[in-house]
Formats: sequence, C-alpha cells, structure tokens
Amino acid sequence: MSSPTPASPSSPVWRRLRANRAAMAGLLVVVLLLLLAAAAPLVAALEGQNPTAFHNELIDSATGGVPIGPFGGASARHWLGVEPGTGRDVLARLVYGAQVSLSVSIGATVVQVALGTLIGLAAGLGNQLADTVLSRTMDLAIAFPGLVFAISLMAVVPGSFPRPVLLMLVLGVLGWGGTARLVRGQALTLRSLDHVAAARLSGARSWRTARREILPGLAAPVITYAALLLPGNVTAEAGLSFLGVGVRPPTSSWGQMLSGATTWYQADPAYVLLPAGLLFVTVLAFTVLGEGLRTALDPRAKSRLRRARSRRTVAA
Amino acid sequence: MIRFLVRRTVSTLTVMLVLSVVVYLVFYAAPHDPALLVCGKGCDGARLAVVRHKLGTDLPLWQQYWQFLHGLLAGRDFDAGTDITHCAAPCFGYSFQTDQPVLGMITARLPLDASLTVGAAVLWLLIGIGAGVLSALRRGGIGERALTGVTLAGMAMPVFLVGLLLMMLFCGYLQWLPFPTYVPFTQDPSAWAANLVLPWISLALVTAASYARMTRSSLLETLAEDHIRTARAYGLGERRIVLGHALRGALTPVITLLAMDLGGLLGGAQLTESVFGFDGIGRLLVESVNKIDLPVVVGVTLFAGFFIVIANALADLLYALADPRVGLR
Repeated sequence: MSSPTPASPSSPVWRRLRANRAAMAGLLVVVLLLLLAAAAPLVAALEGQNPTAFHNELIDSATGGVPIGPFGGASARHWLGVEPGTGRDVLARLVYGAQVSLSVSIGATVVQVALGTLIGLAAGLGNQLADTVLSRTMDLAIAFPGLVFAISLMAVVPGSFPRPVLLMLVLGVLGWGGTARLVRGQALTLRSLDHVAAARLSGARSWRTARREILPGLAAPVITYAALLLPGNVTAEAGLSFLGVGVRPPTSSWGQMLSGATTWYQADPAYVLLPAGLLFVTVLAFTVLGEGLRTALDPRAKSRLRRARSRRTVAA
Repeated sequence: MIRFLVRRTVSTLTVMLVLSVVVYLVFYAAPHDPALLVCGKGCDGARLAVVRHKLGTDLPLWQQYWQFLHGLLAGRDFDAGTDITHCAAPCFGYSFQTDQPVLGMITARLPLDASLTVGAAVLWLLIGIGAGVLSALRRGGIGERALTGVTLAGMAMPVFLVGLLLMMLFCGYLQWLPFPTYVPFTQDPSAWAANLVLPWISLALVTAASYARMTRSSLLETLAEDHIRTARAYGLGERRIVLGHALRGALTPVITLLAMDLGGLLGGAQLTESVFGFDGIGRLLVESVNKIDLPVVVGVTLFAGFFIVIANALADLLYALADPRVGLR
C-alpha cells in the first residue's frame, strides 16, 4: 500500500506547493529568517557590535535616554540605531532575537506535535479504557486557559533554568491537545482500513502496526497541523516576553523589545517599528507557508482540520 | 437535555478541580517562599515563622489545599493571632500582599474586562461576518483575493503589536484620542467609549480575521446544500437566499468561536491590558504571579478557567439550538 510521503522533490505535493506563489514567497522569507538567525554572530561581527554592550555616550541622559541623532541614533557604527535607555545596538539585538523567536517556536511546535502524536496514537489504537481516559485528558488540555498557565509556570521556575528551553517546554506541554485530537481521529479511521486490519490479523504487534501502517498515513495531516501551530508559537513567545515572563535580559527577544518600546514610542518610533515589522513578517511568512502546505498536501482536508483546530494558546 | 446539563456540570467541576490542584502543585514546588516576600527586608526567623503561620504556608500541601477547598465550598475562618476573620463561601482567601479578599479584587476589575470584551466582540462580529458574507457572494474576484490577504495579515498581527501601532498613530502623532485610561461607564459614558475605542479596534482587528474565514467557508458549504438549491429553484433572489436562509445555518460554527473567545477574554486580556496600561484581571494575574501571591493566582486561574469551560458548554448548547440536526452530547 503506497502512502503519501510529502517532500520528495517530484511528488505532486511539491508541485502544487511550487505553483502557489504566496507560499513560495513565505518559504523564501522563512529560509532567509533562518539564515539570519543562524548567522546572528556573523552579522553582529560584521557590524562590529554585540547585543549586550551598553553605550551611554550614544543616549541623551537629559531626556531619560533617547538615542542621539535621527532614526533612533542610526549611524555607520550602529546601522539600525541604539536602544533607548541603554544604548545597546538594535541590529545585534534584533538578529539575536530572531534566534530566540525561531528556536523557541520551532522547538515548541516539535514538543506539541510529538506529545500530541504519542497521546493521540495511544488513544486511537489502545483499548476502550485507554481511549476514554486519554480523550478526557485531551478535553481537559484543550479547555485549559493556556496563556494563564504559561504565565504562572514561567514565573515559578528558578531563573537559572535556561529561559528559551523553558518557553519551549511550557508552550509544548500546554499545546498538545489539538494534535492529539486530530491524531486520534485519524488513527481510528486508519485502523478500520483493510491493510491495517490485515496487519493486525496476521499477528503483528500493535506498536509495529502503529509504526508501519498508521504513521505514514498520519504524516500529511500532522505536518499540516504543525505548520498551522508554528505561527501561533512565534506569537506566544513574543507575547510572554512582552509580558515580562518570557526571555529575560540580557538575552534579547522581539517581544521584550516591544515591551520596552511601549514607553519610548513617541521619542523613538524606529525602536517600535523595527521589532514590530520583523515579528509581523515572520508570523505572516509562517502563516502563508502553512496555508500553502495545507492546500498542497490535501486540497480537500479543509473542514476536517478546521474542526480539529483547538483554541489558540495566546489570543489576547 | 437534563443528561447534557448533568454531564456538563460534572465535567466543568472536574476541570476546575484539576486546575486548582495543578496551580497549587506548581506553586508549592516553586523554590520561592512567599512569606519571605511578605516579611520584607530585615526579617528574622521568629517573624518569618509568624508570617508563615498567618499565610498558612507552614502547613503541609494537602492541608493547605484542603483548607482552600473548604473555604471555597463552605467558607473558612482566618486566624490572624488576635482576631478571627470569617470568610463566607465562596471564599478564595486573602491576598498575601495586600490582605484584600481575592474575590473582591477580581470582581472590582471585571467591569473593565467586560467593557473591553463586549465592545470588541460587537466590532469583530460586524467586520468578520460582513467580510465573510461579501467574499462568499463574490467568489474569485479581486475583492476576495484582497480579503484573503487582509485576513492573513490580521491573523499574523499579535494584539499588542496592533495596539502599540494604533496608539502611536492616534494618540502620539495625530492626537485624536487621549492615551487610554479606563473610565467606568457609570461615571462618564462618552469618556468610557473614547478611552476604550483603541483597545476595541485592536482586539477586533486581530480577531475578525478568523471570523471572516469561518463565515465564508461555512456559508459556501451551506450554499451547496439541497434546501438552498430548492430555494433557488423557486426563483428566490440571491440576497434573500443568503440572508434569509443560508446565513442562519452557516453561523453555527461562528457561535462556537464567539463563545470561546468571549470566555477567554472575560477571564483577563493580559496582552491588551498590558499594552494599554489597563488595570484588569489579566494584569492582576501577571503582577501576582511575579509576587508569588498564591491566593490571587489561584483565584484568577479558576476564574479564567470557569469562564472558558462555561463558554464551551454554552457554545455546544447554542450550537444544538441553532442547528436542530446537531444533538446534545
């Protein structure tokens, strides 16, 4: 039985994705952002700055720390200006912020999908009791006020624990419900198919059946769902850092820069617009790419995914 | 119907119970000592023990939790050494930091969050459903493509980003609006609206996108059904078919979405409140989490969870009422 394996270059999936101009633009932006994040030390070295050094001589102490000069103090030495209040280099903080944003959001998505797939498979393929218990747990996980809990969890873990890793884990542990529900439904459908029934009747153990017969059929919906979760995780990281419970200084994050910008936007608009623009472009690129993947992987899967999609973790 | 209500009540109570247990466990496992924070600088061992006893954090975890549960269901007495305060059910306890009753702290902030939520919901329903219906009627045109682009952009904007940019534009540069500070409706309705208009627009813009998409796809599905074909065969006009017949069925999934969003926001709009500097339930949570003010954190979490769970149950009920084909489970 051939099952749809995405991502091989000649597959119809890739062809459909390539025909979608918006999705390709999204893909291009995502690749550029990943490169930018990976090359953050290089970019900072090229500019000759680092993200944590204070430059008191570049800010005006009489106004409380507004950068001296137009466009947030942009100059040949500080290409995008310096941070108000501290004089730290904005470009360096932005590119290091990209590292945090992308690693946390991708890591959180991996945790969500891995947990969700495992629990969903266990519920869909296990016995009646396991299914009941796990399904109720899924309901519970989806009904949990995610942001409220993320805020609480982030605050009580000691400061010595690396914050980006903590963010990944917290977002991951709070956001697996939707994937689990989707996987369970898919597993129940796939289980009733002939080739899976044949494998079971021939005496294959359930773990082997799951791996060989069910997992390949899950790939398409799970990849699509993960692509739709990702932009939400970018926003979630930015939101938690904005609230002051995410990444902490001296590590930089776009959400944290925006939080600082709330007191500076009149004196230094550049300091708002730069992280805002970058965050917007990132989330938009991931969203467009996710939409493209969804239509490319299964043009008719729309309503099924819509029903499975759970509450957004961070809405307001 | 009765079975549905019983089932939902039981599951609601379960979720609330689990929520409270998890919050207690998380904060109990935390390395911070709230008594140390309350006691302040220059605190010696004897005074710390007194503070611990007053807060009740000297008891083992299960006893603390049991007292909390007892207070919630039947009220409890607080022994402050010299006098005893009785806290009637539902008792969420007193803030470690300010000694105020937690329930009072939350309900005092509820009008703000209710104003924020209801005003924004009216806006996002108008924008979302309007745009969704328009794009479903004019399929394949330039308008539809534009709408798709705008909704995707709206979904990509976090609310604090929209709020910040709007505030920069309308309060900073154009100076058309005051910098938002919350004015109660009962005090001055026009100032209430003028101060809330930017938060409303911010929340509505980021939320309307998903409503537009859902309205559109659901309306298209409904328009393909048999009873609509019958209506068409009778020669009814397109406008009457959509507004009079298709929209009612098409809006059922939108109701679910609305109930969930309302439930989520009423328990605190952390990011919106934070960007506009409003002192609502969301900020109360962020502040008390940072101060390890356990009774307040537990109170707000339960409160937020309560709204979400109730909203979910309400959504299912409305869904079944709006669409008779859906049974109550």
